[in-house]
Amino acid sequence: MDRVLTLLSFGREGWGDDIAAGVLVTISLALATLPFGLVVGFAVALGKRSEEAALRLAANIYTTIFRGLPELLTLFLVYYGAQIGVQQLWRLLGGTGGIEINAFVAGMVALGAVFSSYASEVFLSAFRAIPAGQYEGAYAIGLSRWLTMRFVILPQLIRVALPGLSNLWLILLKETALVSVIGLSDILRQTGIASRVTKEAFLFFGIACLLYLVLAMLSSVVLSAIERRVSAGGAPR
Amino acid sequence: MSAVRPAVVTEDLPPPPPARRMTRARALGIALISLWAVLGVGIMLFLISSLNPELFQRYLPRYASGLWVTIKLVALSVLAGALLSVPIALGRNSRSRPIAALAYGYVYFFRGTPLLAQTFLVYYGLGSFREELQVVGLWGFFRDAWNCAVFAFTLNTAAYQAEILRGAIQSVGRGQWEAASALGLSRLQTIRKIIVPQALLVALRPYGNEIVLMIKGSAIVAIITVYDLMGETRRAYARTFDFQTYIWAALIYLSIVEMLRRAIDRIERRLTRHLIR
Repeated sequence: MDRVLTLLSFGREGWGDDIAAGVLVTISLALATLPFGLVVGFAVALGKRSEEAALRLAANIYTTIFRGLPELLTLFLVYYGAQIGVQQLWRLLGGTGGIEINAFVAGMVALGAVFSSYASEVFLSAFRAIPAGQYEGAYAIGLSRWLTMRFVILPQLIRVALPGLSNLWLILLKETALVSVIGLSDILRQTGIASRVTKEAFLFFGIACLLYLVLAMLSSVVLSAIERRVSAGGAPR
Repeated sequence: MSAVRPAVVTEDLPPPPPARRMTRARALGIALISLWAVLGVGIMLFLISSLNPELFQRYLPRYASGLWVTIKLVALSVLAGALLSVPIALGRNSRSRPIAALAYGYVYFFRGTPLLAQTFLVYYGLGSFREELQVVGLWGFFRDAWNCAVFAFTLNTAAYQAEILRGAIQSVGRGQWEAASALGLSRLQTIRKIIVPQALLVALRPYGNEIVLMIKGSAIVAIITVYDLMGETRRAYARTFDFQTYIWAALIYLSIVEMLRRAIDRIERRLTRHLIR
């Protein structure tokens, strides 16, 4: 028991501080991906319900690709693909030497693309839940398209889409574990290093699992608070 | 008075089609489609220009064997998970508090942690219990990466499938149970002939999604040295540094997942054709 506590302490002997740094990386990656994924997902959802066939097709291609590829493969495609692309561009511009793609940014782009294609489906079904009368009423009192979206549709849309988006957030939190493979020091990579050095694999990977569970629980608490808050102002359904 | 003009016949003519104006949405749509087209053509040109018969000859069989490993892994763990999910789903609905709590804990753990972490926990973590496992005679089983992958995936998908099963059974109305017992059917008969056929209809889509998720998730076994499609791809890339290895893998995964999705759509439409929609 003493040995376990020493291993987990925050200090030169223990791995507590390294793992805590990993937790920070995991959280910041998920938080950085979220707004990007939400905005793109919303835009893709708008594209999917557009009257323009071309726009619908373009949006559908996007979701087909990023929902069909394994997340790990998407990550590799972005990480190595961008590396090669940027390198070639750099040479074309007359640069010398290599350029490194940031693993954090690659993770953000890959996870964001996956998140946004699932989010677009959530937004799309939320749009379907809003009756056409809401648009008609808003146009009838003279609101512009933008104002209608901002003050009439979005507040209702968020309420309908929130459970689906909460679910996607929990999935995103778990998927961040993949970036440990391209060398980002998240929870899983830090615990992996610790387990290799100390030969206590079960202890450290068990702790990694527990940390993900704690993050999921904390998210659930926050998300249900947001849900209560958002639904408090609305008419009973 | 000028000459009499012929009356213009307007009634029989159809209204002119509305002019297809170039709206902003239309321009954006065309721009995005062109972007996709350029990307698609670019990838195709890249694949054609770097076409290398020697590479093909060398890696085609490996990709095929990798694909087979992926399919075996998913099929095995989904089937084993389906068996394991039944007691878990029953446990979730159990009236006994400890059993229900245990089943809930199981589901919460496996749905709340990353599959990658679970796989590491089994593959690397169980090595910590080497002596104990040797005593029970299971060490030989858990030393092998393939067995560990199947084991971890089975436990993981069982948790998801248990929730699908539970949801599907709950979606069948209470009236069905009551009507069956009013007809004098036994509990087993009710489950087999009344509840399960209706529940499976509801569960079909979630089960399909779970299989798709497993196919995509199975790519991570490449990290614990199982040579599935992803593993073969990584090995090929590490040897050739040729980016087309990844593109081929992406095309294969995309077409499998898309075919599966369409097949499930078809089956669902066929099975629910008696339902009014």
